[in-house]
Amino acid sequence: MKITLKVWRQKDAKSEGRFVTYEAPNVSPEMSFLEMLDVVNEDLAVKGQDPIAFDHDCREGICGTCGFVINGRAHGPKERTTVCQLHMRSFSDGDVLTLEPWRAASFPVVRDLIVDRGAFDRIIASGGFISAAIGGAQDGNTLPIRKENADLAMDAAACIGCGACVAACPNASAMLFTSAKISQLALLPQGQPERPDRALRMVAKMDAEGFGTCTNHGECEAACPKGIRMQFIGMMNAEFTKASASEGRRPGGLSEGGAG
Amino acid sequence: MKLEPNVPSGPLEKKWDKHRFDMKLVNPANKRKYTVIMVGSGLAGAGGAAAMAELGYHVKCFCYQDSPRRAHSIAAQGGINAAKNYRNDGDSIRRLFYDTVKGGDFRAREANVYRLAQVSVNIIDQCVAIGVPFAREYGGLLDNRSFGGAQVSRTFYARGQTGQQLLLGAYQALERQIGQGQVDMYSRHEMLEVVVVDGRARGVVVRDMVTGEIQTHLGDAVCLATGGYGNVFYLATYAKGCNATAIWRAYKKGAAFANPCFTQIHPTCIPVTGEYQSKLTLMSESLRNDGRIWVPKAKGDKRPPNQIPDAERDYYLERMYPSFGNLAPRDIASRAAKKVCDEGRGVGPTGFGVYLDFKDAIARLGKKKVEEKYGNLFEMYERITDENPYEIPMRIYPASHYTMGGLWVDYNLMSTIPGLFVLGEANFSDHGANRLGASALMQGLADGYFIIPYTIGNYLAREKFEKVADDHREVVAAEEAVVARTKRLLGVKGKRSISSFHRELGKIMWDHCGMARDKKGLEHALGKLPGLREEFWKNVSVPGSGQELNQSLEVAGRVADFLELGELMCLDALERDESCGCHFRLEHQMADGEARRNDEKFCNVAAWEYAGEETKPNRHVEPLTYENVELAVRSYK
Repeated sequence: MKITLKVWRQKDAKSEGRFVTYEAPNVSPEMSFLEMLDVVNEDLAVKGQDPIAFDHDCREGICGTCGFVINGRAHGPKERTTVCQLHMRSFSDGDVLTLEPWRAASFPVVRDLIVDRGAFDRIIASGGFISAAIGGAQDGNTLPIRKENADLAMDAAACIGCGACVAACPNASAMLFTSAKISQLALLPQGQPERPDRALRMVAKMDAEGFGTCTNHGECEAACPKGIRMQFIGMMNAEFTKASASEGRRPGGLSEGGAG
Repeated sequence: MKLEPNVPSGPLEKKWDKHRFDMKLVNPANKRKYTVIMVGSGLAGAGGAAAMAELGYHVKCFCYQDSPRRAHSIAAQGGINAAKNYRNDGDSIRRLFYDTVKGGDFRAREANVYRLAQVSVNIIDQCVAIGVPFAREYGGLLDNRSFGGAQVSRTFYARGQTGQQLLLGAYQALERQIGQGQVDMYSRHEMLEVVVVDGRARGVVVRDMVTGEIQTHLGDAVCLATGGYGNVFYLATYAKGCNATAIWRAYKKGAAFANPCFTQIHPTCIPVTGEYQSKLTLMSESLRNDGRIWVPKAKGDKRPPNQIPDAERDYYLERMYPSFGNLAPRDIASRAAKKVCDEGRGVGPTGFGVYLDFKDAIARLGKKKVEEKYGNLFEMYERITDENPYEIPMRIYPASHYTMGGLWVDYNLMSTIPGLFVLGEANFSDHGANRLGASALMQGLADGYFIIPYTIGNYLAREKFEKVADDHREVVAAEEAVVARTKRLLGVKGKRSISSFHRELGKIMWDHCGMARDKKGLEHALGKLPGLREEFWKNVSVPGSGQELNQSLEVAGRVADFLELGELMCLDALERDESCGCHFRLEHQMADGEARRNDEKFCNVAAWEYAGEETKPNRHVEPLTYENVELAVRSYK
């Protein structure tokens, strides 16, 4: 089949971008979307032209590296599928596809379809962890966890950090991403000691990175390739409210050191 | 070059304890004065960087991905082994040790493997403590499943995403240290050279993959946790970016490369569909717990699988290996699949495939239970193949998946370059000639969480470090080498695409240094590779410049290194004139087609020392002595 691509080309963060049209004349329905782009790129490279830059790595939908917008939809038309797992059989001969990078002020374009998602790492660094230094942990079975809680924590933990939720949200909100980590750790007994501080810090960091707020459009859940549910945003809001109300604590207000 | 394994004396069970006591310590207040460089952010890299930062060392961590969370450890599906014996089924540290040594066909260092089995239990505890959501039973305790090459249930898992959850745990620990300023993280930075000053590794030269800037980072020790080199086959289950460049650069600076021919071909991957194919996708080995592998008994039987009655199916693993059945180790299962396909009984459009059938499991357990255990894997399969595995059996075929070979390290994980440590898949240490399922995650975290934090201190405490000047001649030489190579790649301006070279290399390696090897084929490959390399440097097309984000340049550099590494693999495979584990020499097999080892000549590790361009490298040998297990013929029958 033949596919026409209108691709966002932008040399770097500072340059202006524009759409450029490419033809992919011999597309097999068995190809993945990225393999189709590989073929286009191989052709461009041999002609001495700049191939289309796009992020990708594992190509099995788990590393979260890939992702761009196809005809207005993050990761393309197929539900619960990253762009690397999307196959050309989802399209028809003669289709015209517009490819754009994630659009969000907090994800600056690096080049073409590649954006900088460092803000996600910084949100995790602000509190998305359990502070249990390596060594000397107690036996794993001394902490029984109700199966339902463990399963729900795993549902939240399945987030791959690809950024599709932000790209799909009209407010470019990162609440689905942030809430998934806050919920996972709040559901586990190990996560309890830092639970209030974690919610306060991660929400504060998310705001500081310039992400928008949630206004219940639900686009994030629809775009999420891993099926992370909006219920976690509800849980995060509850966590944040409880934490804000209790002990009058604020981010950064933790005391360090001790007597003696 | 002298290979000094530095295995502590004393009984096997006491070696690590004794060594931990004998090792020198760095005073807590002095730790922050040391800078340790970590290249790679997978389980070994992120785990090691976090662990060392928690101790107080200043760590600089590098990865080529946009975030440390992307490292390919994330793709491991099935699970992680630990000798917890929670099932009461006879597991123990000794049994995990024995299974691993036997699974590796007696080509691993006893003391290392025993230590791995010892710390396996601590790994699970640590992961639970940092919030890894392992699968649980209704009573709230940790669940287990069984895996290939073992007769006990010792594998812990988090759905079909165990690697993801373990990596995110390590990543979060790393991010905590980044947030506290203990770790400086450099994402989208690729290591292109090691800086060796006065015989010790003191830094790395990296390329900022966004701006193209070449930078040098100096410190007191360097750790490489850069994964395996299985992408040498082009089609592999590795992430596209996985590469050998870091370890290859270290090899060329004097780090010995051990057992390069020990590469694992995983039995259960989705078969190849066409020429444009860019990678192969693994279907977790855990599927073999409940799925039954078969091909038609008759050659060329093209009927749809569901129309072939049971009596006309050959469940060949159950037939050939009745006691392990579908759970035979990977090398054995892969070779058996190749054998039945070579006989003309393979299935699917290419004939290179076998069925993995869940019909009986669904009848026995119900669809719901099967979905609970393997749902996400079934979904993944359907997404790729457009076939529903609940109704039509999966088609699978072996693919390059893991490399047991890697840089030679001693008991302390230090390479033959002092101060250069190698962790995880990048080293050669624990899996011998074949790795068992669910042992890669175990080794990555063992090296990162529990071994390097001790051994690095012992090294730092015993040495004196003067600051290396930024314009030291070794620093300048390393930088110049990187600049020159980059310039050379961009300067070829040929007509052939980078991936066409990689594909051709992959085909040569797959055909002659893959699941089965022989002298003739290896010599043929050794005859072809220099020509391919020469053509690469004359005719490769690398567009763009070095001063920008240039993915073609990145890939070209990696392929150039694979072209050299492929030759070393063939050389190693040729010189190891025996069969063992994944290294199957057609000349050396039993009457029933099993691998025939030659313990008299090859009960050893072959470590190759670089001797200059276009010069045959020197082969050194570390003899392996087995004091605690009997060198037996591996049998899974």
